[in-house]
Amino acid sequence: MNYNWDWNIFFKSTGIGSEIYLDWFVSGLGWTIAVALVAWIIALLLGSVLGVMRTLPGKALPAIATGYVELFRNVPLLVQLFMWYFVVPDYLPEPLQTWFKQDLNPATSAYVSVVVCLALFTAARVCEQVRTGIQALPKGQSAAALAVGFSIGQTYRHVLLPQAFRIIIPPLTSEFLNIFKNSSVASLIGLMELLAQTKQTAEFSANIFEAFTLATVIYFVLNMSLMALMNLVEKKVRIPGMMGGAK
Amino acid sequence: MDFSQIIPSLPSLWDGMKLTLQLLVLAVAGGIALGTVLALARMSSNAMLSGLAKAYVNYFRSIPLLLVITWFYLAVPMILNWITGEFVAVGAFTSCLVAFVMFEAAYYCEIVRAGIQSISKGQINAAYAVGMTYSQAMRLIILPQAFRKMTPLLLQQTIILFQDTSLVYAVGLIDFLNAARARGDIMGQSHEFLIFAGAVYFVISFGASSLVKRLQKRLAV
Repeated sequence: MNYNWDWNIFFKSTGIGSEIYLDWFVSGLGWTIAVALVAWIIALLLGSVLGVMRTLPGKALPAIATGYVELFRNVPLLVQLFMWYFVVPDYLPEPLQTWFKQDLNPATSAYVSVVVCLALFTAARVCEQVRTGIQALPKGQSAAALAVGFSIGQTYRHVLLPQAFRIIIPPLTSEFLNIFKNSSVASLIGLMELLAQTKQTAEFSANIFEAFTLATVIYFVLNMSLMALMNLVEKKVRIPGMMGGAK
Repeated sequence: MDFSQIIPSLPSLWDGMKLTLQLLVLAVAGGIALGTVLALARMSSNAMLSGLAKAYVNYFRSIPLLLVITWFYLAVPMILNWITGEFVAVGAFTSCLVAFVMFEAAYYCEIVRAGIQSISKGQINAAYAVGMTYSQAMRLIILPQAFRKMTPLLLQQTIILFQDTSLVYAVGLIDFLNAARARGDIMGQSHEFLIFAGAVYFVISFGASSLVKRLQKRLAV
């Protein structure tokens, strides 16, 4: 079988308007980043709240957070995405439902579903990291804070969380990278992010290998640069005197 | 909500589940086998071998599984065609299996490597001292201990893989999720079937990870 290798394919016209294939990849990458970043911010906030809840004294709050984590960790991401995209909108209250189904254009409603899905999915994982970080701190830290008259809220805000977050940067980094990779499921509900654009390029041009090679390179470079960025952050905020910390 | 059609549909859902489990078992076996080879290569004193293994792992860990599945679905038939020179029909199942084995091997490799590195050096030194070769030492002394230590982690990764098999939806393979989607559409109860599928995944994953946690406690020294 003959396969026509053509690495210039990315600069050729797609036949739609004046676009070249590279434009598709750029816009796909844009969607991927837009999904991942927004979902990450929500996941970080919600996950932190849940992580704190799991370490609080009492029964109800930790139980709620534990239930959340178990639910969102044991259902496949794709099933969760289908729920948010196909099932949940039908049970929204009336004005919201019309807004989601009729006012939003299809790309936006897919975007909203993916962001909600990835945010809640990743929050369960962030929660576990935050909990681990808090529990890794010596008991003396919270005891001392309470002894000098801090309230529980102040103890978390000024003593526990600032330390916990700095310890868990490496595992949080890998969750941060995962959210970029997981955002590729958006292609299955029609959002034209990086993977969907790659598939479309492969189908339009028949240059499968070139298209997927470029996508791989983009994901790889994205991954490496985010990792380098997070290493920088980690160095900056490292706790002096801890293992591997600044002198 | 009307779940009435689920019971009559169970046989076809079970067909989907059989495919999911088949894929899972083969992918886990292949992934652990390839992952172990990669781990040994990564720890080899041969710089080129360990460099290659490291590159393999980094490569697969930085791209999405869905990308690998989609790519292999398109590429495996073509590559086989080049190698054999004739047209070979490769089903979606085979290309998905290849994708899962190669992708998961990168993750299993890291688990196996950590497991081997947790075995004390005295073990391998003693094995060499009694005259064993490298392969005997690995096969008879190091790997059996390492695998016992890393069983919980391997199982956890397997539970993740079980959930990830649902991604074969992308290439139209009728696994459990896709069977539920298709049946639900035919029966006009797509929401209910999706919820049912989610519940089944939940029960299996949750049950399995609870068992793993108990096993972890029992294995803990």
